[in-house]
Amino acid sequence: MATIMKVNPTRMELSKLKKRLATARRGHKLLKDKRDEMVKQFLELVKKNRELRALVEANLKDVQTSFSVASATMSPQAIEEALICPKQSIELETGTRNIMSVTVPKFDYSMTGKESDIYAYGFVTTIAELDVAVGALSNIVSQLVELAETEKSVQLLASEIEKTRRRVNALEHVMIPNLEVTIKSIVMKLDENERGNITRLMKVKDMMLAEARQGGRV
Amino acid sequence: MNKIACVGDRDSVRGFMAIGFDVFTADTVSEAEKTVKKLASSESGYPIIFVTEEFYNGMPKVIEAYSEKAIPAIISIPGKNGSMGTGEAAIKALTEKAIGADIALNT
Repeated sequence: MATIMKVNPTRMELSKLKKRLATARRGHKLLKDKRDEMVKQFLELVKKNRELRALVEANLKDVQTSFSVASATMSPQAIEEALICPKQSIELETGTRNIMSVTVPKFDYSMTGKESDIYAYGFVTTIAELDVAVGALSNIVSQLVELAETEKSVQLLASEIEKTRRRVNALEHVMIPNLEVTIKSIVMKLDENERGNITRLMKVKDMMLAEARQGGRV
Repeated sequence: MNKIACVGDRDSVRGFMAIGFDVFTADTVSEAEKTVKKLASSESGYPIIFVTEEFYNGMPKVIEAYSEKAIPAIISIPGKNGSMGTGEAAIKALTEKAIGADIALNT
């Protein structure tokens, strides 16, 4: 329900409010466009995120299976020992990307060491399943990094969309109607004053005319 | 130089050691929560923190605290018991938050 703002019904206020209404309308339109475009981008990202997550989860499941098989024949200590000293390391480069003025992270990673370096253990004490697991895991690093990037973008974009949507709604349903009714009420009040003034003038004129007539007669 | 961190129980995350992630094991949720908090603070320099779903679900406060920041990204991964659908649920919740309805579900 639109409420009339508490302002003095003067021409000054009226022109101020009219300017505010114009700004609010313009802002509303811009924010609405922003929201629409963000939703579009968001849906694309969500779709990508879903696919990536399904892929990663499926792959990780395979990895875990291989690990289970490996741990069935190897002692936990032996597995730990085999994995604890990697020859390979991952360096992560972080940057930012801009989606509709939302800053989202961008991750680039680089691996150091040769491709064979992921098997940083002797083959005598380990079984082949462990190689399979580690190899598979090493293959999904790029997917994992991409998943992190996408999921974070989705999170950030979601909260920004929510904020924008609230702003759009506040403008559309509160700010603009309030301004409109206030402007209307001021216009009516000013008109009323104007009419009052005219009647008063007419009355005065009549009185002056009557006086003049009387004066002329005397 | 930044690295990738991984928090979880021993069995779920040990494989990540081999490919050069920094692995932090935890036995309980509160332990994991502490670790994630420490890793997420800006000076430790882990832009990506993977957390197993069991622990991820147990620390909504920490997740919430970093959800508005661009870095770090705290991402759930399935643990040794397979996926519990946490990731999928999170996407669903975000879609609902942003759009008001989960309209992307059937694409």
